[in-house]
Amino acid sequence: MSTTQLENLAAALKGVLGDKLVGLQTHFGEITIIVRAEDIITACTNLRDNSQLRFDTLIDLCGIDYSTYGDELSAKHGLRNKRFAVIYHLLSVEKNYRLRVRVLTENNEFPVVDSVTEIWPTANWFEREAFDLYGVIFTGHPDLRRLLTDYGFIGNPFRKDFPITGHVEMRYDAEQKRVIYQPVTIEPREITPLVIREEHYGDCES
Amino acid sequence: MAEIRNYTMNFGPQHPAAHGVLRLVLELDGEVVKRADPHIGLLHRATEKLAENKTYLQSVPYMDRLDYVSMMVNEHAYVMAIEKLLQIEVPIRAQYIRVMFDEITRILNHLLWIGAHALDVGAMTMFLYAFREREDLMDCYEAVSGARLHAAYYRPGGVYRDLPDTMPKYQSSKIHSEKETRIRNANREGTLLDFIEDFTNRFPTYVDEYETLLTDNRIWKQRLVDIGVVSPERAKALGFTGPMLRGSGVEWDLRKKQPYEVYDRLDFDIPVGVNGDCYDRYLVRMEEFRQSNRIIKQCVDWLRKNPGPVITDNHKVAPPSRVDMKQNMEEMIHHFKLFTEGFHVPPGEAYVAVEHPKGEFGIYLVSNGANKPYRLKIRAPGFAHLAALDEMSRGHMISDVVAIIGTQDIVFGEIDR
Repeated sequence: MSTTQLENLAAALKGVLGDKLVGLQTHFGEITIIVRAEDIITACTNLRDNSQLRFDTLIDLCGIDYSTYGDELSAKHGLRNKRFAVIYHLLSVEKNYRLRVRVLTENNEFPVVDSVTEIWPTANWFEREAFDLYGVIFTGHPDLRRLLTDYGFIGNPFRKDFPITGHVEMRYDAEQKRVIYQPVTIEPREITPLVIREEHYGDCES
Repeated sequence: MAEIRNYTMNFGPQHPAAHGVLRLVLELDGEVVKRADPHIGLLHRATEKLAENKTYLQSVPYMDRLDYVSMMVNEHAYVMAIEKLLQIEVPIRAQYIRVMFDEITRILNHLLWIGAHALDVGAMTMFLYAFREREDLMDCYEAVSGARLHAAYYRPGGVYRDLPDTMPKYQSSKIHSEKETRIRNANREGTLLDFIEDFTNRFPTYVDEYETLLTDNRIWKQRLVDIGVVSPERAKALGFTGPMLRGSGVEWDLRKKQPYEVYDRLDFDIPVGVNGDCYDRYLVRMEEFRQSNRIIKQCVDWLRKNPGPVITDNHKVAPPSRVDMKQNMEEMIHHFKLFTEGFHVPPGEAYVAVEHPKGEFGIYLVSNGANKPYRLKIRAPGFAHLAALDEMSRGHMISDVVAIIGTQDIVFGEIDR
């Protein structure tokens, strides 16, 4: 989005959301706002219906686990201790705006957010996916079932503490003549280690 | 009075019209669908989780395997997200090459779609026609990347290499005589660009052929007109993008509205439907064939006249040339670090969307400054479309469900991720 568009959108957001707007950040031509979990329904209804904004499409909704990393925006508003967040990507076809809304859940053990299926019906499956992969509960969702994982799957695979190998593996048992689940037999391994360099690493001294 | 009961029927996961591994639980009243409950996830590979455990470069081939009929466009969104976070410039020639291959990919995708859709509805011939053209386009993929499907051709900072000067040729054998082979190789004598240009000259005639077969065909119209009607407001609320949204009459195309790469320099039109039924979506995609063909032509012209680098010279992101790597200590270190540790992306988050043949394909990338992504979310267009299958198919006959799945252009690689 162009700079003037971004400024217009930021001003409109501040005007429309008022004190519901916890934080706002503009980076790479994208606006991110933080909204409290209890305000999400009123905030989203305003975002959709206000004539200055008209966010008529929910492009994406996803969960995220901030347990080992938190960005400046959350830190600035004292939300670094919150583990789970739900990220909404909104699009206004009419105004050609994009917006990212971040909602950090209150409880780290039992993350709960109100469902936005009433506002954008497309949220249905996206919320089921976030529930499946991160264990975020969406209150008011009409049919909160697992979506992507196996029938009878246990755990939330995209959480940072869930191993990439999983906990169980499936194989055919010749004696019982059926497919059984058993604890995984593969060793976890890391081919390329995760490296975070300090700032300005490798810069030449001038 | 006899007791009337709704039937529950399992459609798939092993059904030729399910386009992969769709398990659809249909609740039927006679032949009329009361409720459709798609069960997905049978092809779930947790690409997003795997990407968190791989360096940025190692995840590029995973992107091919998302929507496995439009491989390069998936890579495009991914590399653009990395480039946005790194704030690096892509050489202009690389941008043209990317746009050209995006449009080749769009034709590839729509060809498979029209073939499979027509086959579902009952027109066998279309499938054979579509695959004849796909063969030529996959040869372009092969010439440029070495792979016919999973190319891994786009790289952060540009594309892997420049367009080749020669096309691979057929060889004569017991089955194909030398004379026949010479005819088959006629359009392969020049460069890849010559081959693509030859294709763009032939292709509009082929599209006319498809239209002759289908557009006014009585059976085709009976199966598609007024099936799965979606109003423009509803389409937006359901998160439709791409031809599904344009079929409902909303003029929305990221290539025009939020142009990326060099789309703002190219001349093309956006087809829009009127009624929002399966037939309009068919017409929209047929017109996109012609528009993509136009874009490819313009790219070929530009690429002929303007040689130049195709990948950034920032060797922190892109590898140095082989010769430099073998002769120069610094380049050697760059090469070694790039392929062992990978490059580091500054902390931050970015969402990048491209106009994928199926709709808006988005990559949401969160980086914590490491050599691997902290979180990668893939926004697949088919996911939102399939979620609306229940609403689109309610009240239709069971055979219309097949037409609706066809019109949604479902591919399970991207839906299940």
